[in-house]
Amino acid sequence: MFEKLSRPRLRIEKAPAPPWQRALIPILALLITFLLTSGLILWGRANPFEAYYYFLVEPLSSRISALEVLVKATPLILTGVSVSFAFAAGYYNIGAEGQLYAGAIAAAWLGVALRGVPPALAILLMIFGGFAAGMLWALVPALLKVKLAVDEVVTTLLLNSVMAFIVSALLNGPWRDPKSGWPQSPEILLNTHFPKLVPRSRLHLGFVVAIIAALLLWFIVSRTSIGLKMRAVGLGKQAARFAGVSVSRTMLLAALVSGGIAGIAGVSEVAGIQFHLIGELSPGYGYTGIIIATLGALQAIGVAAAGLFFGLISTGAQTVSRALGVPVYLGDVTQAAMLLVTLAMLLLQRYRIRRA
Amino acid sequence: MNAFVVNLIAAMLRVATPLLLAAVGETFAERAGVLNLGIEGTMFFAAFLGFFVADATGSLWIGLLAAIISGVLAGLLMALLSVTLGVNQHVSGLGITLLLTGLALFAFRLRYGGRSTPPAIPPFPLLDPLPNVPILGNILQQYLLTYVAFLVVAPVAWWLLYRTSFGLNVRAVGENPEAADAAGVNVFRIRYLALGIGGGLMAAGGAFLSLSQLGAFTHGIVAGRGWVAIALVIFGNWHPIKVMLGALIFGGTFALQLRLQAIGLQLPIPYESFLALPYIVTLVALVLAGRNASYPAALLKPYRRE
Repeated sequence: MFEKLSRPRLRIEKAPAPPWQRALIPILALLITFLLTSGLILWGRANPFEAYYYFLVEPLSSRISALEVLVKATPLILTGVSVSFAFAAGYYNIGAEGQLYAGAIAAAWLGVALRGVPPALAILLMIFGGFAAGMLWALVPALLKVKLAVDEVVTTLLLNSVMAFIVSALLNGPWRDPKSGWPQSPEILLNTHFPKLVPRSRLHLGFVVAIIAALLLWFIVSRTSIGLKMRAVGLGKQAARFAGVSVSRTMLLAALVSGGIAGIAGVSEVAGIQFHLIGELSPGYGYTGIIIATLGALQAIGVAAAGLFFGLISTGAQTVSRALGVPVYLGDVTQAAMLLVTLAMLLLQRYRIRRA
Repeated sequence: MNAFVVNLIAAMLRVATPLLLAAVGETFAERAGVLNLGIEGTMFFAAFLGFFVADATGSLWIGLLAAIISGVLAGLLMALLSVTLGVNQHVSGLGITLLLTGLALFAFRLRYGGRSTPPAIPPFPLLDPLPNVPILGNILQQYLLTYVAFLVVAPVAWWLLYRTSFGLNVRAVGENPEAADAAGVNVFRIRYLALGIGGGLMAAGGAFLSLSQLGAFTHGIVAGRGWVAIALVIFGNWHPIKVMLGALIFGGTFALQLRLQAIGLQLPIPYESFLALPYIVTLVALVLAGRNASYPAALLKPYRRE
């Protein structure tokens, strides 16, 4: 009798979770993340509930700050799309950060060189230039990977450091702004500025470019034979090779497109926001892009949603910092914690809860 | 031998110390089959926590201990994600790096505010075992952790991995976990142990930067040294002594650029070329080692008992 009483009424068994259970996972992950980060907020002598209000609600309460969320989401969606392209083909490009700066360098150069070119053409050239520069910076590790089997994770990470020195060398050397003397490149010309989407806001053309990039990701990966090959290589190189897919060529292509889109993220930040190349152009967008690609399951819609949500977190972290004095790095911690919690929770997909 | 060369060798050993500690830590993790990209964040957090605790308690030793404990915990978190839960190792490792970097920056800002000059503490002193011997005496003026890294950590790591049953088990679960399991080795426990030990060593490397070399904590304190350490592990073919050789090559290149800057050599190229040089040398070394690199066969693969 005692045994009968203690028998659980719910049982967990190993089988794919039903859809309603899957839908709960992101919500549960979000709650756990906030529970974890509220410890930091308390340490910062603030009330977590008040902080979460400033974090998640306040940014959406005014027109200007809601648009700012889109501004912050722009580079995140672009780097998220960039990383998704590479990861889908099983190429672990951790170099989006460096490729972003390669694009930014191209934008800072073209932005001064394209004097007298009509704005529409100038902006197009900026985007293509940034794509080419990002691609070029991604070419070395991609070639090393497919030709010499050198691990791309390590090479792209090392090249991020090298790129930081190149930017610093340019800004402290030939490109130092003659007007201000600051370590920033001369201001880019007006005809190369990305136009504003909404007057009196910072929202610029880059957001549209990011959405187009996400659409391209969806189209190429799920609607073209190239995308099919990419997914085949991503799922297993041996099997793809047996199926007649050229693994190196597919990987090379994915790596280059990935680098190019990261380069566009750099163009967008220079031509849409800063109008100079500066050393702090990216607070790690390239790395956050990896989180976004993962949370978005390498799918366009997921990447866009994750990018928007992370845009909210970035904007919110600044609001909390201003209003309550909690360090702005709360945003970075929340983003990383959310990744780890979600990864752990995704395993719940493998189990389902049933009445015994 | 002139002062330039003596200084160069002394600086090479100093620069190589955190890399050697971290790279040996990564060797343990990868030998057991787990690529730990949490290394950069583990080093950064340890550099912060060591400084923070040393500043709060007034004891460098307690700071170092706290840092190492944080590294062990970071390694165990990596184990929880990659070993128990079987999550993608690239993503979970990077996630740990981003989390620990954010945490350290958050705590640093909260404790010290946004002041322009970073706070400083008196660091560990340099040992001077042979004060009256001209050349060797100068070269041997090193921090205790440098001695520990070269004379204890690397040889003991070699001995552990190649001369003990624990090391045999570590290598076995990194090469063929199924066979190791069949032979009665607890794959999960060995991987947890290897990641824990590895994390502690990475943290010691990070704490060396703040507690010995700088006596302070800055945002750029680690600056990609974790990634260099991962490259050194491949370069050294997952062998602690060869990894040590790699750390010395990087350390030598880095020390050379420091010395060239220090003597104010005027060159028509920007000084950043020197800063980038060690990273490029590491890259080239990686390419040269590329074909011969024999990765642990089960690296990146989560193990599941069926």
